[in-house]
Amino acid sequence: MTQPRILEVRTKILKKNDETAREMRRRFEDAGVLVVNMVSSPGTGKTAFLKETLARLVARGIPVAAVVGDLETDNDARRLAESGAPVRQIMTHGLCHLEADMVQAHLTDWDLASLHYLFIENVGNLVCPTSWDLGESVRLALLSVTEGEDKPLKYPGLFNTADIAAITKTDLAEACDFDRDLARANIEAVRPGMRIIETSTKTGAGIDEWLAELAARRR
Amino acid sequence: MHELSIATNIVEIASQHAQEAGGGRVAALTLRIGRLACVHEDALRYSFELVREGTPLAGAELRIVAVPVTVWCPRCNAAFELPGIQRFACPICSTPSADICAGRELDLESIELLEAADPRLEAADS
Repeated sequence: MTQPRILEVRTKILKKNDETAREMRRRFEDAGVLVVNMVSSPGTGKTAFLKETLARLVARGIPVAAVVGDLETDNDARRLAESGAPVRQIMTHGLCHLEADMVQAHLTDWDLASLHYLFIENVGNLVCPTSWDLGESVRLALLSVTEGEDKPLKYPGLFNTADIAAITKTDLAEACDFDRDLARANIEAVRPGMRIIETSTKTGAGIDEWLAELAARRR
Repeated sequence: MHELSIATNIVEIASQHAQEAGGGRVAALTLRIGRLACVHEDALRYSFELVREGTPLAGAELRIVAVPVTVWCPRCNAAFELPGIQRFACPICSTPSADICAGRELDLESIELLEAADPRLEAADS
């Protein structure tokens, strides 16, 4: 009886996505646009945070745009468009994360070279987006004070791939007995050295710090 | 459930390799999956069973090698396996480390191919 033939394949399972992401990253770099992939649980306040970011940048005359992923509805794109920035909605129809080709398909006919920043708001999920590179330069993980300080320890895979962590809704910190030192220590434990910014879109706290961090990374 | 996307990619890649190797059926596949890849093994097996139907991988056995996380410690000048994924620090000297050496793998390592003329296939077909 013949033995099965073993083929050493040694291929990355997400090779196709990685190749598309690499192509996009080259395109973004050539265009001089800084791309941010925003990841969090549902309800962290990604859309409010992004809307504030877009509105502030638009007010400063800085050209920005956003694509936003959701399972269904274009509600977020409509909310974000109130900032004055061009926004496109990706509806994933049940898929729990964005993939590079979905973003790529929504960028056609956009003049990337005219933009300083492009924000990609991922589907609200702290697990599934982890391994999908979207060609971004910055992966921002957001965590709200209402979610508890141990969220980074519960979802270390995603936090470990992030470049910056934003703590949102700090105006509610006292009401939630939020222990900011513990939250910061937990983020530091799963991603040593990561920049952490504490923010509130309600009071405006930390938003200038966030915009300064973006500007520094674009240089 | 992102495991369905992962399973679809596995079946595509393995089918292509099987075809390029002259056809035949895939008897088994070996994956290497890092603990940081955020893949749920049961969900992946379930997804794989759905996606493999009607492909050269129908009936193929899925072997999964789990890869622990290893970080580089700049102080000890060596790589160490972490006991868990809640604390990225050297297990010897406790120096924090974001320098991941292993643990993000999402790789198709190898496939076992039964030749088209393999008598076991004919037996399986009858």
